[in-house]
Amino acid sequence: MMTGSVLLTLSGVNAYYGQLHVLKGVSLHVNEREIVALLGANGAGKTTTLRTICALLKPATGRITFAGKDIVGMRPEAVVRLGITQVPEGRQLFGPLSVRDNLLLGAYTRLCAGRKAEVLEDIERIFELFPILGERAGQRSGSLSGGEQQMLAIGRALMARPRLLILDEPCLGLAPLVARQIIHTISQLRSQGTTILLVEQNARAALSIADRGYVMETGKVVLEGSAEELLRNREVRRAYLGKDYEEV
Amino acid sequence: MSLAELLQYLVTGVTVGSVYGLVALGFTIIYNATGIINFAQGEFVVLGGLIFYSLYVAAHLPLVAALVLAVAAVALIGVLMERLTIRPLINSPVVTLIIITVGVSVLLRGAAKLIWGPEALPVPPFSGEHSLFVGSVAVHLQYLWVLGLTVLAVVGLRLFFDHTIVGKAMQACAINSEAAQLAGISVSRMVQGSFALSAALSALAGIVICPITLASYDGGALLALKGFCGTIIGGLGNGLGAVMGGVIIGILEKLGIGFAPQGYAGYQDAFAFVVLLLMLFIRPSGLFGRQRTEGI
Repeated sequence: MMTGSVLLTLSGVNAYYGQLHVLKGVSLHVNEREIVALLGANGAGKTTTLRTICALLKPATGRITFAGKDIVGMRPEAVVRLGITQVPEGRQLFGPLSVRDNLLLGAYTRLCAGRKAEVLEDIERIFELFPILGERAGQRSGSLSGGEQQMLAIGRALMARPRLLILDEPCLGLAPLVARQIIHTISQLRSQGTTILLVEQNARAALSIADRGYVMETGKVVLEGSAEELLRNREVRRAYLGKDYEEV
Repeated sequence: MSLAELLQYLVTGVTVGSVYGLVALGFTIIYNATGIINFAQGEFVVLGGLIFYSLYVAAHLPLVAALVLAVAAVALIGVLMERLTIRPLINSPVVTLIIITVGVSVLLRGAAKLIWGPEALPVPPFSGEHSLFVGSVAVHLQYLWVLGLTVLAVVGLRLFFDHTIVGKAMQACAINSEAAQLAGISVSRMVQGSFALSAALSALAGIVICPITLASYDGGALLALKGFCGTIIGGLGNGLGAVMGGVIIGILEKLGIGFAPQGYAGYQDAFAFVVLLLMLFIRPSGLFGRQRTEGI
């Protein structure tokens, strides 16, 4: 797959939760139309990295640029308007609201700008991508199954028409078949032109569709390379692909 | 007690109760957006009445203009309160913010006393001193104003939350503020909106009730407490429950007067608190369950 110029860059990002130093000089970049996987054990700082990109956490030092613009210090909604949306870990849907309302809220900034017709078209497109959501449009989103909730979370993020879609553990807690479908959808989205940064515990699934990947450990990037390199790397195999590597 | 008397108490109870309901709804809206119990809620009610007095009685503005302007003025005060006292400290523990609202309440009450003086001010009923008779039950026309505007406000609010994108965004912030931020919703703007809305509702309550109770700088605390009782009875966070809770408090209060032995009617204010305590002992989640984000 042809990839383009650099879209997102983090350089030397340090971030703290109170006194706790959680990101220690993280540097990484994502090129346009790439799928980049961010791997690592629990507590390695993956989710924190994503929170920092989306301005939910302000880095103490370091630069984050998106499409050439410095985005450190922006408000989260401004980052969304620039074209970064995140599917947070654990879906984080607006459970009491309907499926359709969740999707509408994903396009909040565009609705406020009065572009309703365009948003309604996009909802139809999401229903084509995930037909089950169309069938459940009026249902409370909290009553959906785990896989359907994940589809809705992705759909809601897509409603903002992101240039960069960030997904945090989209397959966590899903049945293998559903997880495979989600992974397939993600690679499909990339072929439609969306750039993707993917955090996933299931390193093999992530690397199967990724172009490149980074491995984080205790707040630092310890390894980076193409997906094939990482899949071959002995350390990665030992630590993240586990003993079932032989099954491949 | 005769049936006519009972009905009379019920009518009065529902009327004052719907005012408590509006106040309760005001509590709920701010609570859902921020987790704060706003102790300055009663001052919004009082300021509504007093500003309305200045516009309608002192400045002779037409009723509707005075009503709309007074509501808007108090909404603006709500916005300023959020902007100046809550937003700078929004990351503090909720208890700190609640104490701040206590401070704001004292400040507003003092300011109101300076501006309008310590005397209670009379406001004439909107449609004169007439009553409608249903059988032998007299319904003062002002009661109809109270009930009508309350219903209008509740229905309007319901439509706002269910059918506008801003209303849905406010709900989204209450449900999960971080996810709302990731969807591009400005949480601080929604919090500000919740203060405006809550202040406006309370002001409306203060305006419609002041021909019945007089407008006075220090009437806020009691109204706020009864509204708060309504909030708890309805289940903290449940908008429709809060309105029902307020109405229930109003009815119990008036029936209490009706059934109290001679000479004890003066204890009417205590009924609300007895009910509140019983509620907290027996069913702290309120009558209408624990659906924090279900209602308005």
